[in-house]
Amino acid sequence: MSDTTPIIRMINVSKLFGDFVALDDVSLSVAAGERVVICGPSGSGKSTLIRCINRLEPHDRGRIIVDGLELDEDMANLRSVRQEVGMVFQQFNLFPHLTVLENLTLGPIRVRRMARPAAEALARQYLERVHIPEQADKYPGQLSGGQQQRVAIARALCMEPRIMLFDEPTSALDPEMIKEVLDVMVELAGTGMTMLCVTHEMGFARKVADRMVFMEAGRIVETAPPEAFFTAPASPRARLFLDQVLEH
Amino acid sequence: MRGLRKLHWLDWAILALLILLAGYVWLRIDGTLNYKWRWQIIPQFLIRYDEEAGGWVGGTLMVGLFNTIRISIMASLLALILGTILGLARCAQNLTIRLLARTYLEFLRNIPGLVVIFIFYFFLSEQLIAAFRIEDWARDIARGDNAWLWEIFFGDMRRFPSLISGVFVLALFESAFVGEIVRAGIQSVPKGQREAARAMGLSWTDQMRFVVLPQAMRKVVPPLASQFIMLVKDSAIVSLISVQDLTYRTVELVTSTRAIFEAWITTALIYGGLCFGLSLLFRRLEQKPGRRS
Ligand SMILES: Nc1ncnc2c1ncn2[C@@H]1O[C@H](COP(=O)(O)OP(=O)(O)O)[C@@H](O)[C@H]1O
Ligand SMILES: [Mg+2]
Repeated sequence: MSDTTPIIRMINVSKLFGDFVALDDVSLSVAAGERVVICGPSGSGKSTLIRCINRLEPHDRGRIIVDGLELDEDMANLRSVRQEVGMVFQQFNLFPHLTVLENLTLGPIRVRRMARPAAEALARQYLERVHIPEQADKYPGQLSGGQQQRVAIARALCMEPRIMLFDEPTSALDPEMIKEVLDVMVELAGTGMTMLCVTHEMGFARKVADRMVFMEAGRIVETAPPEAFFTAPASPRARLFLDQVLEH
Repeated sequence: MRGLRKLHWLDWAILALLILLAGYVWLRIDGTLNYKWRWQIIPQFLIRYDEEAGGWVGGTLMVGLFNTIRISIMASLLALILGTILGLARCAQNLTIRLLARTYLEFLRNIPGLVVIFIFYFFLSEQLIAAFRIEDWARDIARGDNAWLWEIFFGDMRRFPSLISGVFVLALFESAFVGEIVRAGIQSVPKGQREAARAMGLSWTDQMRFVVLPQAMRKVVPPLASQFIMLVKDSAIVSLISVQDLTYRTVELVTSTRAIFEAWITTALIYGGLCFGLSLLFRRLEQKPGRRS
């Protein structure tokens, strides 16, 4: 980790849903190539935090700067940022009416203005990366959950982003499929991708995280390297949370 | 025969009651009202042999039916376009656009169809037709050599302005329902689909065009099909603005022949057959196995 300017900077960010404060004065900087794992109890604002980074949720106060571009009303900035930031959702959100290949090429063709043959070659290359090159012509509904989530990862990678956001990517999966998705994510971490990952998979966190972020009630309560976080969490809340998660 | 055996005594009782009722109505009309049934005059108004032309031509009811079909097809195409725009406007991010679409919709929903038709007719159609000099244009075509070609699509070209206002009025009226169907279709697409498209950086139009509308349209086809049948039935209303559709022709026929019951029963059967045929057809098409769930 070099000490160059961070690729993501969130400065005193707040987000409200009506009167409800979902993010309360959160500040977080992420260096290029850093892998950050975010955990915390349900409803603590983890999803909201990462959804603010590509402005799926516009923030109400504070500043967010991604790869030198400030997130605000400016549509041109927003589109550039979204090209730089890939996102993987808990529910996969693949497009059911398009084949796997069409799911992967839509972004490159419409957003990156690539020609179809080039986009397809790119898509096949990333399907190879997530170990399902043979599924290119199937529809998402014909795949298992684990395969669908790997397609979703490949779809995000086809935009060749510099940052990948994961929002509980394995929470909707049957236990036997979790590993195949985590393996792909570990491999991705090995390529030096900047990753922000909301997950309760503590084994994965130990393996890839450079830093753990623990959230509670819309605030970042604790930030620590994984070893320190898992062996001796500073806050009692994090300790309680870890006891609950690690029990299983 | 197996079907008959399944009938309960109650079914027989109901059937008998219905037959009695029909007989009573018949007697009332035939005896008490002293009505002379003249079914034999009806066929010539459907189709007749034209001595001059030396061939079979459609009678007044048949011409009316073709006009009804023309108006229904053209109006539903126009209503589909307007309705899709309206449905998209109802889901737009811009508040003013949403409010305008909402106002238009509430206007159509809360005012009787008949009143809406007259308002559209006098305020819009009449003005448009005058503004674009459609009358003169149609008269020229009616006199021209290619009149027959135009008449396949639009019927008698001298009646073109009236046909067009019928189409306009009906399409505007139906666009509200189509708009609601399209909006429901758009909103039935899970939120995550739009989010995934947005996260990729697709523009609003691309999100709609490649992700939302293709999925919405599948859900929307069955309700749109029933709406089309509604439109065929609703089209009778344009007879009030002198569009020469089946209903208008029936009114004329009744005035000139006084064969009230025969004419209206015939017309009811034609509408009923047309709409029932359409619903059978749509049901058939729907059952065709789709590519995927
Ligand atoms: N669109 C929304 N409207 C209203 N409240 C929301 C919305 N999204 C999230 N919230 C609320 O914000 C809080 C944080 O949500 P979220 O970020 O999804 O938590 P987490 O991902 O940590 O479980 C929750 O209490 C949730 O109910
Ligand atoms: Mg969440």
